[in-house]
Amino acid sequence: MRNLLALLLLTGAAHSGEPALDPTALTRLVHQDCGSCHGLTLKGGLGPDIRPETIEHYDAEVLTTVILDGIPDTAMPPWRPLITEKEAAWIADYLLKGDTQ
Amino acid sequence: MKTLISTFALAATLGTTAIAETIATGDLGLIIERAKGSVLLIDQSERASLARIEGLGDLSHASMVYSPDERFAYVFGRDGGLTKVDIVERKIANRVVQGGNSIGGAISDDGKLVAVSNYKPGGVRVFDADTLEMVADIPTGSKTIGLVDAPGRRFVFTMWDTGETWIADMSGEGAPAITKIPEMGENPYDALVTGNGRTYITGLFGEDGLTALDLWQDNPKPIRVLPNYGRGQKDMPVYKMPHLEGWALTGAEFVLPAVGHHEVLWIDANTLEETGRTKTYSQPVFAMARPDGRQVWVNFAHPKNDTIQVIDTVSKEIIHEFKPGPAVLHMEFTSRGHEIWVSVRDENKVKVYDTHTFDLLREIEADSPSGIFFTARAHRTGL
Ligand code: HEC
Repeated sequence: MRNLLALLLLTGAAHSGEPALDPTALTRLVHQDCGSCHGLTLKGGLGPDIRPETIEHYDAEVLTTVILDGIPDTAMPPWRPLITEKEAAWIADYLLKGDTQ
Repeated sequence: MKTLISTFALAATLGTTAIAETIATGDLGLIIERAKGSVLLIDQSERASLARIEGLGDLSHASMVYSPDERFAYVFGRDGGLTKVDIVERKIANRVVQGGNSIGGAISDDGKLVAVSNYKPGGVRVFDADTLEMVADIPTGSKTIGLVDAPGRRFVFTMWDTGETWIADMSGEGAPAITKIPEMGENPYDALVTGNGRTYITGLFGEDGLTALDLWQDNPKPIRVLPNYGRGQKDMPVYKMPHLEGWALTGAEFVLPAVGHHEVLWIDANTLEETGRTKTYSQPVFAMARPDGRQVWVNFAHPKNDTIQVIDTVSKEIIHEFKPGPAVLHMEFTSRGHEIWVSVRDENKVKVYDTHTFDLLREIEADSPSGIFFTARAHRTGL
């Protein structure tokens, strides 16, 4: 729950107008929690491969929305209840940039 | 005479090994260390880790089955790796990379065949348990989940994309005989078989409810279970798919995690009718019955995965709730249920609890531990 705590703190900070991102916690979230469906290395599992080569057709904004709102009627859940928009944008950027190993 | 000669040969070999050292494996187990690609050999009686065996590849979501003699574990990794671990010699006995993206496996009732289900390319591959040579390739054209063994040298598995269940009968010579059961439901995400090998149940993600098959019938037909259990309620987002393996048979009832609802469901094992629900702290991932059936232990999906609740199966009420630590991924009971081992991934620990007093008995260091598997699984259908 360490990462969640960090996230909650982040959320709090974001609300008070002081956004502070914790890349370590977010990287961990991507690999561990997105990874539970997309694979620890994001190569795919129940959810598809989301490494840079396969998602390069997304622009960062659309990807951020996919993360925040999920994909309706599929197993891709909306992350809005758990993360801020800034964090989602950071994750989108991180996924597109590709240093995801 | 052949048998007599081999008996002599065996006696001779056994004789020398017995003098060297006898290693009993009945109270041992392995813990998946998911990030490192290693497994930790553990001793239930000593509550200790004995050795780390490395080189098993990507072990996120890994699971394993045991050979009937409780010497070998077959570990199914996410990278498609199938690794045979020798827990007596504490080393990898053999390893093949069999498919792109695997999710689980099973061992046949006679211990001769090991089957692996794959997401990509979707299907099931069957290997000789001794040599790990492939003996059958069964493409399904879909992500394949819920693979279990069934009596009579059969494997049963289900397709996420097409909603079919297939029964592969490997009892004959040559290619497996396949029975296909369509219309199991939309997006089955996992399945299990009851300990007697009779009832196969798959949980559905794409619609409410579950679908059962009676494997004692020649042509099993899908039986809908709780088709409307979530009707009228808003589904909550699911951040981790629940698991049905290790689900709970508590005397006359099953208990299993609901999907998109924060509760576990109780079902009469004979009629498959709902007998109750227990509200839980969050989205349940595992609902595991203590082997005697008296308690059910439940863990939860991210972000509530630091907590365990214990439900009394007589009253169906929560009798204990505690926080073992960040990211509780798996729980395994000792075979008679007096203790439970809990992996706490983000604290790099496995914690051992007394199931009667709930006291913490021991903490064992492990690197990002996930699944815990005791060798006693070797003797249970479906595990
Ligand atoms: C409970 C399982 C699950 C979790 C957890 C999950 N996803 Fe997904 N995700 C899916 C599935 C299933 C799809 C495919 C949906 C479809 O059928 O289009 C998907 C699709 C996606 C896509 C679109 C891929 C494409 O090629 O169009 C992206 C991007 C994505 N997920 C990112 C994430 C991120 C980032 C996280 C973590 C913050 C995450 N997912 C967590 C199941 C999950």
